[in-house]
Amino acid sequence: MYFERFDPAKGQMLQVLDQDGRVAEDLRPDLTDQRIRELYERLSVMRLADQTALSLQREGRMGTYAPFYGQEAAQASAAFLGPSDWLVPSYRETGALFMRGLPLALLYRYWMGDERGMLFPEGTRVLPVEIVVGAQPLHAVGLSWGMMLQGDPGAAVAYFGDGASSQGDVHEAMNFAGVFRTPTVFVCQNNQFAISLPRSGQTAAANIALRAAGYGFPGILVDGNDLLAVAGAMTEALAAARAGSGPRLIEMLTYRFGPHTTSDDPTKYRTASDVEAHKPFDPLLRLRRYLGGRGLWSEQEERLILARARAEVEEAVRAAEAMPPAPPSDIFDYTCRTAPPSLERQKDELDAFLKGEAGRGAAEAGGRASRPGSGKPSAGRG
Amino acid sequence: MVGAINLALDQEMARDQRIMILGEDVGLEGGVFRVTDGLQRKYGPRRVVDTPLAESAIVGVSLGLAVAGMLPVPEIQFEGFLYLALDQLCNQLGRYRTRSRGRFGLGVVLRVPWGGGIHAPELHSESPEAVLVHTPGLTVVAPSNPYDAKGLLASALRLGEPVVFCEPKRLYRAVKDEVPEGDYTVPIGRARVAREGKDLTIVAWGAMVREALRAAEELQAMGFAAEVVDLRTLAPMDSAAVVDSVRKTGRLLIAHEAPRTMGLGAEIAARVGEEALTSLLAPIERVTGFDAVMPLSQLEGHYLPDYRRIVAGARKTLAA
Repeated sequence: MYFERFDPAKGQMLQVLDQDGRVAEDLRPDLTDQRIRELYERLSVMRLADQTALSLQREGRMGTYAPFYGQEAAQASAAFLGPSDWLVPSYRETGALFMRGLPLALLYRYWMGDERGMLFPEGTRVLPVEIVVGAQPLHAVGLSWGMMLQGDPGAAVAYFGDGASSQGDVHEAMNFAGVFRTPTVFVCQNNQFAISLPRSGQTAAANIALRAAGYGFPGILVDGNDLLAVAGAMTEALAAARAGSGPRLIEMLTYRFGPHTTSDDPTKYRTASDVEAHKPFDPLLRLRRYLGGRGLWSEQEERLILARARAEVEEAVRAAEAMPPAPPSDIFDYTCRTAPPSLERQKDELDAFLKGEAGRGAAEAGGRASRPGSGKPSAGRG
Repeated sequence: MVGAINLALDQEMARDQRIMILGEDVGLEGGVFRVTDGLQRKYGPRRVVDTPLAESAIVGVSLGLAVAGMLPVPEIQFEGFLYLALDQLCNQLGRYRTRSRGRFGLGVVLRVPWGGGIHAPELHSESPEAVLVHTPGLTVVAPSNPYDAKGLLASALRLGEPVVFCEPKRLYRAVKDEVPEGDYTVPIGRARVAREGKDLTIVAWGAMVREALRAAEELQAMGFAAEVVDLRTLAPMDSAAVVDSVRKTGRLLIAHEAPRTMGLGAEIAARVGEEALTSLLAPIERVTGFDAVMPLSQLEGHYLPDYRRIVAGARKTLAA
């Protein structure tokens, strides 16, 4: 019903819950208040997990990280995938992957620079994090096409952003999906900035959702800070895709409160007041108002929710940091099924070099220890 | 060679229901070189698919199809257009096994008509194999004759890894050897001694093997026995076969169509330098395309090495 009622070409945007927490009852998706309350709590954990990743990076305990602060409701769209659906993420989907049930510790581990963070539990229908902007929708199209050919009942959901919408691969992906009527759901999280470039610099079109018409399938623009709108559009799109009526495009209009990544300085391209102007549209704020109005949330409960969230996130950090580093041989082990002799030789070379260094290091350390007053190695060493 | 590749695809499609062919004009038309002729009629439009005109999508979608459990055989119509798909090929397909910690080792066999010699327009005669061989995670195969083409393609389809299958387009119709109808494979990663000799090793692949063999005939008449090593697989490269041959002959000539600088000849020369330097009796000779743009048809005969340039190069190294 949503796709038919809201035409992006006319600038119509689906909103169920406004910023004051008022609900449009006729648009309300099939979600109980209890379920909304549960989701609110998961969004709170998600937000804390994101903030924690940022702090870890500032403390030197994590590498470059792409935060999603402000996009929690759009990220939570992943909660509406069924067990047979595939999630195909970009690099800003830590929240979506968390909602899909991936262990937070693994995701942290990945952003700490350990490829083993991408070793998802067996059977998890999630593709690895994609770093090239806009490359992954093609994978989602192929994946869902293959599922369709083999009678697999699920759909594939491609996540990408407003920046990626300018990439040729994203156009090619939507065009293929339209031609072959693949069960693909394209989710464009329009957070209004691609690093420094505002959405207006990506396209002269009024919105991204209207492009779906050009590919011959329905698209919808939704308020991406409204969990209920996200839930409604996502559920309808997935059901349509699974039922064989082809792809859908959902543009979730949201706003990135934080930097593009931890190495970005957003004050170069927007002011603090620009960001503040968007704060009333915070996706968690309106859920609190909605739930509060129904006696399902209070300041006192918020303290309990945050305490539980802290415990969960702290445990994930502990588990991530407790993982021993991968052995250097890990570099080679997944390149191909059977390593050719030239690669085996390079692996042996590194191994022999490291063993030699370790031997020399031990000998030097032994020599130092025998000298009186040389307990502290010089700063230039090691 | 067209018939041999077509037969391999036909037999493997009958054997393995996961195989699907996709690309531009591969179905109804049977491909611009007719390599997939008749396959859509036989296996239907769900297994032999005419796609929209988009190289990056053809490769990127194949990755997804392979994750879903299909065995896609995408075709890029000409190697010059492979660059449009290079992100999906090198940054995506080649890395996916590593990125997914071994979960998705993807069987995708990308077929591409390769190289010059058919008097085609610009960007229809290129030899970009070095780019692919330089990319971790890709297997690169380049047959030089119909027998190997059929057997190598069968192996590629059973490998379960991303393979780029470079088809020397000037051999499509030029070579008409009979190939066995029955099922056989040629191992990937193993070179072949196409002709034995004791005085000089000539390393070549694809269409250059035919030139190397003809050069060896000419050299024979001059009293020199040249050994021709056909690499067959470019990545992983069977450098042991080259090194063994050089240890025997003491002289090495490498022939390829691609530009000289950082062409595969450089890597072969380096490996021989590392492992058989003391066996070398003369400097290594490279007979290659030039570090210039592949010219249009009227001058391509001067750009592409032929048997005469190989003979001239061989005489230089034999005289040293």
